[in-house]
Amino acid sequence: MMATSRKIPEDEPGEIEALLPWYAAGTLDAREARRVEAALADDPGLVRQYAAIQDEYAETIHLNESLGAPSSDAMQKLFAAIDAEPARAYSNSPRLSTRISGFFASLSPRTLAWSASLGALALLLQAGVIGTVLMQQQETSFETASYQPAPKTMTRSLAPGNDVVLFVRFKPDARVSDITALLGSYHASVVGGSGDMFRLQFAGKASADAAAVLSDLQKEKIVAMAVPAQ
Amino acid sequence: MSATQATADDVLIARIAQGDRLAMQVLYGRHHVRVFRFGLRLVRNEQLAEDLISEVFLDVWRQAGKFEGRSAVSTWILAITRFKALSAMRRRKDAELDDETAAAIEDTSDDPEVTVQKKDTGEALRKCLTALSPEHREIVDLVYYHEKSVEEVAAIVGIPENTVKTRLFYARKKLAELLKAAGIERGWP
Repeated sequence: MMATSRKIPEDEPGEIEALLPWYAAGTLDAREARRVEAALADDPGLVRQYAAIQDEYAETIHLNESLGAPSSDAMQKLFAAIDAEPARAYSNSPRLSTRISGFFASLSPRTLAWSASLGALALLLQAGVIGTVLMQQQETSFETASYQPAPKTMTRSLAPGNDVVLFVRFKPDARVSDITALLGSYHASVVGGSGDMFRLQFAGKASADAAAVLSDLQKEKIVAMAVPAQ
Repeated sequence: MSATQATADDVLIARIAQGDRLAMQVLYGRHHVRVFRFGLRLVRNEQLAEDLISEVFLDVWRQAGKFEGRSAVSTWILAITRFKALSAMRRRKDAELDDETAAAIEDTSDDPEVTVQKKDTGEALRKCLTALSPEHREIVDLVYYHEKSVEEVAAIVGIPENTVKTRLFYARKKLAELLKAAGIERGWP
């Protein structure tokens, strides 16, 4: 017998030997399961015992399944007892963790994926804003007496200026790739918003162009609503 | 049990704590058969096991607001079932819960020796599983049928994790002895 299944002391199961039933039931964590697998690969005694355990496992399930099910009387009795319970003072505000888990459990996988992607997009934009601010601060943080500022280059600011700013709501089935493509084609940036309404800034479009941009946006398939922000 | 179901059980318990009867029905539908079987294997009396179900789920209804999610809901429910079953067994200690009654309830088939004559090792194994002590039966059922981890069994039975491992080991040794007495050698121990 190998060290992994050695009995210490006599008549006590070895460390791996004791885990075999849980290995058979598939309820060990990955690390322990790997340890058992490695021991099984080296120890024929352990393999014989594991074969016996698999029989026990199968017959225990067979035995329990043969026990049948309770009658419907049990359920009727339970709900009669519940009806007889004194009324409770229910809290209208369940635990925050429960509300959060309930909220996420109620979302469809597609909605969750969409929300997560939008969240990632917002983080990316936020990183861009912070980066821009830092760069601007760096430019003015240290100047020598002989310093002559270079002519300013034209850069796209994320802060709302004279550019057109609109509130836009995308359709629930809109994909992130479609939204990204739309933002690119309009030279637009997300500069704010709340809930599912986004505040978009359209670079290079003056106030006079607002009506045209609005009209174009309203024709987009993935846009549910577009309204002026001012 | 899948992680999804475990999560959904937590949500159901939160709704039950708010007095939601529909959530109670869903939770009942999901777990009552396992509660019945676990209880029946302990008390060995179908009527008593049915009575246990309503007692257990009434406790769930009453205690849902105190459930903190430190274990899976199914683990919590089985722990309540075990407690109720042991109480019921203590109440009926003087009466029907002796081995003769158990045999009358469960042992409708041949005894192990006859079964071996039929060359049905599986049936002999099941017969020997029913012949284990309540302490050994519950640990075998929790691990193999209810698929509980070492930690979960420890929580349900109220013993240290190492004791869980050794108790199952001794239950299996006892099973091997019973099988050997019935003429079945399995190569272990």
